[in-house]
Amino acid sequence: MSAFDLVIPLILLGTAAWALYRRVDVFNAITTGAAEGLSTVIKIFPNLVCLLTAVYMLRASGAMEAMAGVLAPALHLLGIPPETAALMVVRPISGSGGLALGAELIETYGPDSYVGRVSAVMLGSTETTFYTIAVYFGAVGIGKTRHAIPAALCADIVGFIVAPIAVRLFFY
Amino acid sequence: MAMAWIWTGMVALSLLFGLVNGSISQVANAAMEGAGAAVTLCLALAGVICLWSGVMEVIRRGGLAAGLARLLRPILIWLFPENRDNQEAMEALSANVSANLLGLGNAATPLGIRAAAAMKRGQIATNDLCMLVVLNTASIQLIPATVAGVRASAGAVSPFDVLPAVWITSICSVAAGIGVARLLARRESA
Repeated sequence: MSAFDLVIPLILLGTAAWALYRRVDVFNAITTGAAEGLSTVIKIFPNLVCLLTAVYMLRASGAMEAMAGVLAPALHLLGIPPETAALMVVRPISGSGGLALGAELIETYGPDSYVGRVSAVMLGSTETTFYTIAVYFGAVGIGKTRHAIPAALCADIVGFIVAPIAVRLFFY
Repeated sequence: MAMAWIWTGMVALSLLFGLVNGSISQVANAAMEGAGAAVTLCLALAGVICLWSGVMEVIRRGGLAAGLARLLRPILIWLFPENRDNQEAMEALSANVSANLLGLGNAATPLGIRAAAAMKRGQIATNDLCMLVVLNTASIQLIPATVAGVRASAGAVSPFDVLPAVWITSICSVAAGIGVARLLARRESA
Protein backbone atom coordinates (compact mmCIF):
# COMPACT_ATOMS: atom_id res chain seq x y z
CA MET A 1 0.00 0.00 0.00
CA SER A 2 1.28 3.46 -0.83
CA ALA A 3 0.21 6.68 0.90
CA PHE A 4 -1.31 7.82 -2.41
CA ASP A 5 -3.90 5.04 -2.16
CA LEU A 6 -5.43 7.04 0.69
CA VAL A 7 -5.95 10.18 -1.43
CA ILE A 8 -9.29 9.21 -3.00
CA PRO A 9 -11.00 7.68 0.07
CA LEU A 10 -9.81 10.56 2.25
CA ILE A 11 -11.08 13.21 -0.15
CA LEU A 12 -14.44 11.46 -0.43
CA LEU A 13 -14.80 11.12 3.34
CA GLY A 14 -13.34 14.52 4.19
CA THR A 15 -15.54 16.54 1.85
CA ALA A 16 -18.69 14.59 2.74
CA ALA A 17 -18.09 14.85 6.51
CA TRP A 18 -17.28 18.57 6.30
CA ALA A 19 -20.35 19.31 4.18
CA LEU A 20 -22.56 17.23 6.48
CA TYR A 21 -21.24 19.20 9.46
CA ARG A 22 -22.26 22.35 7.57
CA ARG A 23 -25.77 20.86 7.18
CA VAL A 24 -25.47 20.32 3.42
CA ASP A 25 -27.55 17.55 1.82
CA VAL A 26 -24.44 15.69 0.70
CA PHE A 27 -26.09 13.03 -1.40
CA ASN A 28 -28.22 15.55 -3.25
CA ALA A 29 -25.10 17.67 -3.89
CA ILE A 30 -22.97 14.80 -5.16
CA THR A 31 -25.65 13.49 -7.51
CA THR A 32 -26.40 16.99 -8.85
CA GLY A 33 -22.69 17.42 -9.50
CA ALA A 34 -22.46 14.03 -11.14
CA ALA A 35 -25.27 15.02 -13.51
CA GLU A 36 -23.23 18.10 -14.43
CA GLY A 37 -20.25 15.80 -15.02
CA LEU A 38 -22.32 13.94 -17.57
CA SER A 39 -22.62 17.09 -19.66
CA THR A 40 -18.80 17.38 -19.53
CA VAL A 41 -18.55 13.80 -20.80
CA ILE A 42 -20.97 14.59 -23.61
CA LYS A 43 -18.86 17.64 -24.51
CA ILE A 44 -15.66 15.58 -24.58
CA PHE A 45 -17.09 12.69 -26.59
CA PRO A 46 -17.24 14.31 -30.08
CA ASN A 47 -13.71 15.64 -29.56
CA LEU A 48 -12.48 12.18 -28.64
CA VAL A 49 -14.08 10.57 -31.69
CA CYS A 50 -12.62 13.06 -34.16
CA LEU A 51 -9.17 13.42 -32.63
CA LEU A 52 -8.65 9.71 -32.00
CA THR A 53 -9.64 9.02 -35.61
CA ALA A 54 -6.98 11.46 -36.80
CA VAL A 55 -4.37 10.15 -34.35
CA TYR A 56 -4.97 6.52 -35.36
CA MET A 57 -4.70 7.51 -39.04
CA LEU A 58 -1.47 9.42 -38.42
CA ARG A 59 0.02 6.46 -36.62
CA ALA A 60 -1.05 3.88 -39.22
CA SER A 61 0.32 5.98 -42.09
CA GLY A 62 3.75 6.24 -40.51
CA ALA A 63 3.46 10.05 -40.32
CA MET A 64 3.63 10.00 -36.53
CA GLU A 65 7.00 8.22 -36.59
CA ALA A 66 8.32 10.55 -39.29
CA MET A 67 7.27 13.66 -37.33
CA ALA A 68 8.69 12.30 -34.10
CA GLY A 69 11.91 11.57 -36.02
CA VAL A 70 12.14 15.16 -37.28
CA LEU A 71 11.34 16.70 -33.90
CA ALA A 72 13.37 14.18 -31.90
CA PRO A 73 16.72 16.04 -31.90
CA ALA A 74 15.20 19.32 -30.69
CA LEU A 75 12.93 17.64 -28.13
CA HIS A 76 15.73 15.32 -27.07
CA LEU A 77 17.86 18.35 -26.26
CA LEU A 78 15.11 19.53 -23.88
CA GLY A 79 14.59 16.00 -22.52
CA ILE A 80 10.97 15.86 -23.76
CA PRO A 81 9.71 12.52 -25.16
CA PRO A 82 8.86 13.13 -28.87
CA GLU A 83 5.66 11.07 -28.51
CA THR A 84 4.11 14.02 -26.65
CA ALA A 85 4.65 16.51 -29.53
CA ALA A 86 1.01 16.52 -30.68
CA LEU A 87 -0.20 16.85 -27.08
CA MET A 88 1.93 19.96 -26.56
CA VAL A 89 0.54 21.58 -29.72
CA VAL A 90 -3.13 20.90 -28.95
CA ARG A 91 -3.11 21.40 -25.14
CA PRO A 92 -3.08 25.25 -25.08
CA ILE A 93 -5.79 25.42 -27.78
CA SER A 94 -8.43 22.86 -26.85
CA GLY A 95 -9.22 21.43 -23.41
CA SER A 96 -11.15 18.40 -24.64
CA GLY A 97 -8.66 17.87 -27.45
CA GLY A 98 -5.72 17.92 -25.06
CA LEU A 99 -7.48 15.49 -22.74
CA ALA A 100 -8.25 13.20 -25.70
CA LEU A 101 -4.63 13.13 -26.89
CA GLY A 102 -3.25 12.74 -23.36
CA ALA A 103 -5.66 9.92 -22.53
CA GLU A 104 -4.69 8.19 -25.77
CA LEU A 105 -0.96 8.40 -24.93
CA ILE A 106 -1.60 7.09 -21.40
CA GLU A 107 -3.69 4.23 -22.81
CA THR A 108 -1.22 3.32 -25.58
CA TYR A 109 2.07 3.52 -23.68
CA GLY A 110 0.59 2.46 -20.32
CA PRO A 111 -0.15 4.72 -17.33
CA ASP A 112 3.01 3.63 -15.49
CA SER A 113 5.35 4.06 -18.46
CA TYR A 114 7.66 7.05 -18.85
CA VAL A 115 5.66 8.54 -21.76
CA GLY A 116 2.38 7.84 -19.92
CA ARG A 117 3.57 9.58 -16.77
CA VAL A 118 5.00 12.59 -18.62
CA SER A 119 1.69 12.98 -20.51
CA ALA A 120 -0.24 12.87 -17.23
CA VAL A 121 1.99 15.51 -15.63
CA MET A 122 1.76 17.75 -18.72
CA LEU A 123 -2.04 17.46 -18.66
CA GLY A 124 -2.27 18.08 -14.92
CA SER A 125 0.02 21.09 -14.78
CA THR A 126 -1.10 23.17 -17.78
CA GLU A 127 -4.36 24.79 -18.88
CA THR A 128 -6.17 25.68 -22.10
CA THR A 129 -4.25 28.94 -22.45
CA PHE A 130 -5.72 30.45 -25.62
CA TYR A 131 -9.28 29.54 -24.72
CA THR A 132 -8.93 31.13 -21.26
CA ILE A 133 -7.38 34.31 -22.69
CA ALA A 134 -10.20 34.61 -25.23
CA VAL A 135 -12.89 34.08 -22.57
CA TYR A 136 -11.47 36.61 -20.09
CA PHE A 137 -10.58 39.44 -22.43
CA GLY A 138 -13.70 38.81 -24.50
CA ALA A 139 -15.95 38.98 -21.44
CA VAL A 140 -14.65 42.36 -20.25
CA GLY A 141 -14.15 43.78 -23.77
CA ILE A 142 -10.40 44.37 -23.84
CA GLY A 143 -8.60 44.43 -27.17
CA LYS A 144 -5.06 45.30 -26.10
CA THR A 145 -3.87 42.26 -24.15
CA ARG A 146 -0.27 43.54 -23.72
CA HIS A 147 1.98 40.93 -22.13
CA ALA A 148 -0.75 38.43 -21.16
CA ILE A 149 -0.18 36.03 -24.08
CA PRO A 150 3.64 35.85 -23.98
CA ALA A 151 3.64 35.41 -20.19
CA ALA A 152 0.96 32.69 -20.33
CA LEU A 153 2.80 30.83 -23.11
CA CYS A 154 6.06 31.01 -21.15
CA ALA A 155 4.25 29.30 -18.27
CA ASP A 156 3.10 26.50 -20.62
CA ILE A 157 6.54 26.00 -22.16
CA VAL A 158 8.20 25.85 -18.75
CA GLY A 159 5.54 23.30 -17.72
CA PHE A 160 6.28 21.11 -20.75
CA ILE A 161 10.03 21.25 -20.11
CA VAL A 162 9.79 20.61 -16.36
CA ALA A 163 7.24 17.74 -16.67
CA PRO A 164 9.76 15.11 -17.90
CA ILE A 165 12.37 16.35 -15.42
CA ALA A 166 9.91 15.99 -12.53
CA VAL A 167 8.88 12.50 -13.68
CA ARG A 168 12.53 11.38 -13.86
CA LEU A 169 13.14 12.90 -10.44
CA PHE A 170 10.39 10.85 -8.76
CA PHE A 171 10.35 7.64 -10.76
CA TYR A 172 13.68 6.93 -12.47
CA MET B 1 -10.36 27.95 -35.90
CA ALA B 2 -6.94 26.66 -34.87
CA MET B 3 -8.35 23.19 -34.28
CA ALA B 4 -9.84 23.19 -37.80
CA TRP B 5 -6.35 23.61 -39.28
CA ILE B 6 -4.81 21.05 -36.97
CA TRP B 7 -7.44 18.42 -37.69
CA THR B 8 -7.39 18.91 -41.45
CA GLY B 9 -3.59 18.89 -41.34
CA MET B 10 -3.55 15.61 -39.44
CA VAL B 11 -5.84 13.94 -41.96
CA ALA B 12 -3.92 15.37 -44.94
CA LEU B 13 -0.61 14.16 -43.51
CA SER B 14 -2.05 10.68 -42.93
CA LEU B 15 -3.23 10.48 -46.53
CA LEU B 16 0.10 11.74 -47.86
CA PHE B 17 2.21 9.38 -45.76
CA GLY B 18 -0.22 6.54 -46.41
CA LEU B 19 0.26 6.95 -50.19
CA VAL B 20 4.05 7.35 -49.97
CA ASN B 21 4.55 4.45 -47.55
CA GLY B 22 1.95 2.26 -49.24
CA SER B 23 0.09 1.97 -45.95
CA ILE B 24 -3.15 3.51 -47.22
CA SER B 25 -5.32 0.46 -46.45
CA GLN B 26 -4.08 0.50 -42.85
CA VAL B 27 -4.90 4.23 -42.71
CA ALA B 28 -8.47 3.57 -43.81
CA ASN B 29 -8.89 0.82 -41.21
CA ALA B 30 -7.29 3.00 -38.55
CA ALA B 31 -9.89 5.74 -39.08
CA MET B 32 -12.72 3.34 -38.21
CA GLU B 33 -10.72 1.83 -35.37
CA GLY B 34 -9.95 5.25 -33.87
CA ALA B 35 -13.59 6.27 -33.86
CA GLY B 36 -14.48 3.02 -32.11
CA ALA B 37 -11.68 3.38 -29.58
CA ALA B 38 -13.04 6.81 -28.64
CA VAL B 39 -16.27 5.21 -27.42
CA THR B 40 -14.44 2.81 -25.10
CA LEU B 41 -12.19 5.58 -23.80
CA CYS B 42 -15.10 7.94 -23.21
CA LEU B 43 -17.08 5.31 -21.31
CA ALA B 44 -14.03 4.52 -19.20
CA LEU B 45 -13.69 8.22 -18.32
CA ALA B 46 -17.41 8.90 -17.80
CA GLY B 47 -17.63 7.39 -14.32
CA VAL B 48 -14.60 9.21 -12.94
CA ILE B 49 -15.60 12.56 -14.41
CA CYS B 50 -19.15 12.29 -13.02
CA LEU B 51 -17.96 11.19 -9.57
CA TRP B 52 -15.45 14.02 -9.39
CA SER B 53 -17.98 16.63 -10.52
CA GLY B 54 -20.17 15.35 -7.70
CA VAL B 55 -17.39 15.79 -5.13
CA MET B 56 -16.75 19.29 -6.49
CA GLU B 57 -20.39 20.21 -5.91
CA VAL B 58 -20.13 18.95 -2.31
CA ILE B 59 -17.02 21.09 -1.79
CA ARG B 60 -18.75 24.11 -3.28
CA ARG B 61 -21.89 23.78 -1.14
CA GLY B 62 -19.82 23.06 1.98
CA GLY B 63 -18.18 26.47 1.65
CA LEU B 64 -14.61 25.17 1.71
CA ALA B 65 -13.59 27.68 -0.96
CA ALA B 66 -14.55 30.63 1.25
CA GLY B 67 -12.20 29.49 4.01
CA LEU B 68 -9.36 29.02 1.57
CA ALA B 69 -9.98 32.50 0.16
CA ARG B 70 -9.19 34.09 3.54
CA LEU B 71 -5.84 32.27 3.71
CA LEU B 72 -4.90 33.54 0.25
CA ARG B 73 -5.33 37.27 0.97
CA PRO B 74 -1.66 38.16 1.68
CA ILE B 75 -0.40 36.45 -1.48
CA LEU B 76 -3.04 38.13 -3.60
CA ILE B 77 -2.21 41.58 -2.26
CA TRP B 78 1.39 40.99 -3.34
CA LEU B 79 0.33 39.76 -6.80
CA PHE B 80 -2.23 42.50 -7.45
CA PRO B 81 -0.83 45.74 -5.97
CA GLU B 82 -2.97 48.05 -8.12
CA ASN B 83 -6.18 46.64 -6.64
CA ARG B 84 -5.18 46.11 -3.00
CA ASP B 85 -7.87 48.55 -1.84
CA ASN B 86 -10.43 47.44 -4.41
CA GLN B 87 -12.67 45.40 -2.11
CA GLU B 88 -14.93 44.00 -4.84
CA ALA B 89 -12.03 42.88 -7.04
CA MET B 90 -10.14 41.30 -4.12
CA GLU B 91 -13.17 39.30 -3.02
CA ALA B 92 -13.90 37.90 -6.48
CA LEU B 93 -10.18 37.32 -6.99
CA SER B 94 -9.66 35.24 -3.87
CA ALA B 95 -12.79 33.23 -4.65
CA ASN B 96 -11.47 32.67 -8.19
CA VAL B 97 -8.03 31.50 -7.06
CA SER B 98 -9.39 29.20 -4.35
CA ALA B 99 -11.87 27.66 -6.81
CA ASN B 100 -8.93 27.03 -9.16
CA LEU B 101 -6.89 25.43 -6.38
CA LEU B 102 -9.75 23.07 -5.57
CA GLY B 103 -10.20 22.21 -9.25
CA LEU B 104 -13.64 23.85 -9.49
CA GLY B 105 -13.14 24.95 -13.09
CA ASN B 106 -16.80 25.74 -13.77
CA ALA B 107 -17.07 27.93 -10.68
CA ALA B 108 -13.71 29.64 -11.20
CA THR B 109 -14.41 31.22 -14.59
CA PRO B 110 -17.45 33.40 -13.69
CA LEU B 111 -15.67 34.52 -10.49
CA GLY B 112 -12.55 35.40 -12.46
CA ILE B 113 -14.58 37.37 -14.98
CA ARG B 114 -16.23 39.26 -12.11
CA ALA B 115 -12.77 40.10 -10.76
CA ALA B 116 -11.62 41.17 -14.24
CA ALA B 117 -14.65 43.44 -14.63
CA ALA B 118 -13.95 45.06 -11.25
CA MET B 119 -10.29 45.62 -12.19
CA LYS B 120 -10.86 46.94 -15.68
CA ARG B 121 -9.63 50.46 -16.46
CA GLY B 122 -10.42 51.37 -20.08
CA GLN B 123 -9.70 49.35 -23.20
CA ILE B 124 -6.12 48.36 -22.42
CA ALA B 125 -5.23 45.50 -20.08
CA THR B 126 -3.66 46.70 -16.83
CA ASN B 127 -0.78 44.84 -15.18
CA ASP B 128 -3.15 43.29 -12.65
CA LEU B 129 -5.54 42.17 -15.36
CA CYS B 130 -2.69 40.45 -17.22
CA MET B 131 -1.66 38.77 -13.95
CA LEU B 132 -5.21 37.51 -13.42
CA VAL B 133 -5.29 35.96 -16.88
CA VAL B 134 -1.83 34.43 -16.45
CA LEU B 135 -2.90 32.85 -13.14
CA ASN B 136 -5.97 31.40 -14.81
CA THR B 137 -4.09 30.04 -17.83
CA ALA B 138 -1.61 28.24 -15.57
CA SER B 139 -2.99 25.25 -13.75
CA ILE B 140 -2.78 25.63 -9.97
CA GLN B 141 -4.98 22.65 -9.16
CA LEU B 142 -4.07 20.82 -5.94
CA ILE B 143 -5.64 17.50 -7.00
CA PRO B 144 -5.67 16.87 -10.77
CA ALA B 145 -8.57 14.44 -10.51
CA THR B 146 -9.39 14.04 -14.20
CA VAL B 147 -5.82 13.05 -15.02
CA ALA B 148 -5.77 10.59 -12.13
CA GLY B 149 -9.06 9.24 -13.44
CA VAL B 150 -7.60 8.68 -16.89
CA ARG B 151 -4.63 6.86 -15.33
CA ALA B 152 -6.94 4.75 -13.16
CA SER B 153 -9.08 3.70 -16.10
CA ALA B 154 -5.91 2.72 -18.01
CA GLY B 155 -4.98 0.42 -15.12
CA ALA B 156 -2.36 2.44 -13.23
CA VAL B 157 -0.98 0.74 -10.12
CA SER B 158 -1.38 3.94 -8.10
CA PRO B 159 -3.22 6.66 -10.10
CA PHE B 160 -2.21 9.48 -7.76
CA ASP B 161 1.51 8.69 -7.57
CA VAL B 162 2.18 11.47 -10.13
CA LEU B 163 0.90 14.09 -7.65
CA PRO B 164 4.32 15.35 -6.46
CA ALA B 165 5.56 15.59 -10.05
CA VAL B 166 2.42 17.52 -11.05
CA TRP B 167 2.86 19.91 -8.11
CA ILE B 168 6.50 20.65 -8.86
CA THR B 169 5.73 21.20 -12.54
CA SER B 170 2.74 23.43 -11.73
CA ILE B 171 4.80 25.54 -9.32
CA CYS B 172 7.58 26.04 -11.88
CA SER B 173 5.07 26.86 -14.60
CA VAL B 174 3.09 29.35 -12.49
CA ALA B 175 6.29 30.95 -11.20
CA ALA B 176 7.53 31.37 -14.78
CA GLY B 177 4.21 32.96 -15.79
CA ILE B 178 4.24 35.40 -12.84
CA GLY B 179 7.93 36.22 -13.35
CA VAL B 180 7.60 36.91 -17.07
CA ALA B 181 4.43 38.96 -16.51
CA ARG B 182 6.22 41.12 -13.90
CA LEU B 183 9.28 41.50 -16.09
CA LEU B 184 7.35 42.50 -19.21
CA ALA B 185 5.13 44.86 -17.22
CA ARG B 186 8.20 46.71 -15.96
CA ARG B 187 9.76 46.86 -19.41
CA GLU B 188 6.55 48.17 -21.03
CA SER B 189 6.13 50.97 -18.50
CA ALA B 190 9.82 51.97 -18.71
